[in-house]
Amino acid sequence: MDDFPAGEAVRTIIVIAMKISRQIRQQLGFALLGITTVIVVLPILLLVGYIVAQGASAISWDFIAAMPRDGMRAGGLWPAIVGTLLLTLGTAVFAVPVGVAVAVYLAEYAQDTLLTRIIRLAIVNLAGVPSVVYGLFGLGLFVIFLQFGASILAGSLTLAIMTLPVIISTAEEALRAVPQSFRIVSLSLGGTKWQTVRRVVLPQALPGVLTGVILGLERAAGETAPILFTVAAFFLPRLPQSIFDQTMALPYHLFVISTQVPGMPVRIQYGTALVLLIFVLSMNIVAAITRSRFRAKRQW
Amino acid sequence: MIDRPGRWCYNLNSMHKPIAVSILFILLIVLAACRPAAGEAGEAGVAIQNVGSDTIVNLALAWAETYQTQNPDARIAVTGGGSGTGIAGLINGTVNIANASRQMKAEEMEAAEENGITPVEHVIARDAIAVIVHPSNPVDNLTLPQLSDIFSGRITNWSEIGGEDRPIVLLSRESNSGTHVYFLEQVVRLGDKHASILFSPDTLLMPSSEGISAEVRQNPNSIGYDGLGYVTPDQKTIAVAADAGGPFVPPSIETVNSGAYPIARDLYMYTNGEPQGAIAEYLNWIRSTEGQKIVGELGFVPLEVE
Amino acid sequence: MKNSFYETLIERLIRVTGVLVILFLALIFLFLLREGGATFFEASLRDLLRTRWYPNEEQFGLLPLVLGSLMVTLGAAVVSLPLGLLTAVFIAEVAPRWVREILKPFIEVLAGIPSVVLGFLGMLVISPLIREHLGAPTGLTALSGSVMLGYMALPTIISVAEDALDAVPKSYRDAALALGATRWQTIWRVTVPAARSGILTAMMLGIGRAIGETMAVMMVTGNAARMPLTLNSFLMPVRTMTATIAAEMGEVAQGSTHYHVLFAIGLVLFLVTFLINLIAAWTIFRQGKRYGRLLS
Repeated sequence: MDDFPAGEAVRTIIVIAMKISRQIRQQLGFALLGITTVIVVLPILLLVGYIVAQGASAISWDFIAAMPRDGMRAGGLWPAIVGTLLLTLGTAVFAVPVGVAVAVYLAEYAQDTLLTRIIRLAIVNLAGVPSVVYGLFGLGLFVIFLQFGASILAGSLTLAIMTLPVIISTAEEALRAVPQSFRIVSLSLGGTKWQTVRRVVLPQALPGVLTGVILGLERAAGETAPILFTVAAFFLPRLPQSIFDQTMALPYHLFVISTQVPGMPVRIQYGTALVLLIFVLSMNIVAAITRSRFRAKRQW
Repeated sequence: MIDRPGRWCYNLNSMHKPIAVSILFILLIVLAACRPAAGEAGEAGVAIQNVGSDTIVNLALAWAETYQTQNPDARIAVTGGGSGTGIAGLINGTVNIANASRQMKAEEMEAAEENGITPVEHVIARDAIAVIVHPSNPVDNLTLPQLSDIFSGRITNWSEIGGEDRPIVLLSRESNSGTHVYFLEQVVRLGDKHASILFSPDTLLMPSSEGISAEVRQNPNSIGYDGLGYVTPDQKTIAVAADAGGPFVPPSIETVNSGAYPIARDLYMYTNGEPQGAIAEYLNWIRSTEGQKIVGELGFVPLEVE
Repeated sequence: MKNSFYETLIERLIRVTGVLVILFLALIFLFLLREGGATFFEASLRDLLRTRWYPNEEQFGLLPLVLGSLMVTLGAAVVSLPLGLLTAVFIAEVAPRWVREILKPFIEVLAGIPSVVLGFLGMLVISPLIREHLGAPTGLTALSGSVMLGYMALPTIISVAEDALDAVPKSYRDAALALGATRWQTIWRVTVPAARSGILTAMMLGIGRAIGETMAVMMVTGNAARMPLTLNSFLMPVRTMTATIAAEMGEVAQGSTHYHVLFAIGLVLFLVTFLINLIAAWTIFRQGKRYGRLLS
């Protein structure tokens, strides 16, 4: 292979580079970093743009609000959208109280004991468990052992445990960000510890907590593997009526229509991907807005 | 904060959290104990669970949609996952009608009996397994022994069978697919029950029929197999002969019904015991002229209805 | 007095929830152990170490799956570790304020893209590119999986590494500059080494994310259980542990050997990520810092 010209060129460049002044080398270095960042950022922009370009034509009120027809090839995404909304809500119901409670514990009550270290370790580990392993766990515990069957309940519980670490960590950060002076003043005025937490610290930390909750729910809304065995169905004749029902869900729906349904118009596949993206990214935007309002309005 | 005594909404928020947690857990236990009584499938509100073969799933979907528009009281929930999935569900008691593109194996029958389930087989359509390649592929005919060599990895280049000098990319369904099992037994093993040869480990196992189609459509190196109903005009089917001497027969409704096409099979639905009530009505409808008309429309081979 | 009883009750309840977290983790481990451990009564260790995975015929060789996961993760690391570190350095040390304010939310956006969407794009856009331009027999390869995974791990690596770099005290940089170093020299000889444990943590968490990814790899790696033994195998399909579980779990009869083996694979995944997280957490705790943003 004609490697040699290239090798020579590289060697020459290195020799020259070593002779150039430090300033120029620095500029080159910064440029390199900038290029790397562009390599990271640009493909995402392109890919998202591609989805928008290909899928925008499929979006219509009918696409969003109607039931699917013709073996999913026409009609709308309504049951999948409703399903994802229900699962997100279910996740919030189970994950938010527990998550915020643990965050309160870690931020306000815990001492630096071995137990606390183990709890923190457990949280980091819960965050690292692969999503498909959560699916297995949900199958084993909620679907089979507790006999909930494949249901919104099982799916929500599985997603909730998966979302806990995110909520706990951001909530704890938000609680810790409240300056100690607030607590001191409250206690010196005769409030108990719990009253201080409940009436002073938590309300101040609320926007930060909310940001974490939204980001966590965004992750839960987009996950497929945990719901594969615990709740998702390919086609259901009607919307779910109880928490023991199965449901369709957007991520699973995208997976199915892009890999399993023949003759699925590509436009509809991209349209579904776009709807899922919009759903998830709008939560991102809400979280970002909450976070910046938090920064603007906070009292310290 | 502390100088705003009237903020009851914060109270509600923060005070009830631990109480909410405990209530939720009690609720959980209570919910676990009282399930809604499992009604007969098909009766008011309880859907017939129709799970299984990905080959059959679009047919099952079309049937379910049409049947439900005609009988608004009927409720049928359709899911794929492969023949193995449907049969496993039937054995576990979570599925009412299992779609299968292969027959149940002896071990599965035993497992069902152990669980108190008596599977009953119903033939609901017939199917040809088409061998598909990219339209630009010059190869038109292949024999069963050649197909066996190709899919077991003994032949690896298209030039060995009269094509271009390209590596052969093997596409298959996942191992839970009835189509996969059928192809393994009838084509790779040439019907020999005692053979132990397997698909080549380089075979790509696609999540479903559409996965195979998508790859065949765009990759000139590929060869795959799938139900006739999944073949689209932008793919090329191979005419197959049982051996080197025999006639090369392309797959179609006629060649399946006449028995000329060597890779044809029945498609099944399994129920627990003889079907009753709503399930029986649905199965009868499927086997009627109306139901079988849909079979033809989707590219499968309708049963001959008396 | 009633007040302080109530107070203690609340406090007890809150402490209990803390323990709940440990409980969940333990539950996951126990379930995996219970269902997966049964494997060893039904298949010998030698059986599991074979090179052929074909559950239909009771062949449960795990090697192709483990190597498949390793290969894709390795490729993802090669893609994401350098890119992630360099981008983090750019954001933390070089970029002007306004660029930072745009980039940081952008990285969060990348973190939010669901894996099924990336898998979808990988399948329709990246795979054909790899087939046409790199001469692979098919575009569904380990390389495709590595590229998609690399991009999915990037946000984790970037945000944690950036936090670590941010946390380096300003005095370090000031001292270096005062001694006559350029900013470039300061970054690479002072700041980055000072933040190295945080950066290492970032990398480990990123890799942990890559190992555990399911949907994207299932859609772009071809799922062929072949033994990837040469470098060339990057241009061939592979089958990861995660994709195997997702693809096959639906079809197993409960209590069968196949069912137990799948849970055993889940157990292996759990233990591997547990180990990685243990090391990462130990590195943080040694520094006494909190792990705050790395989970978001």
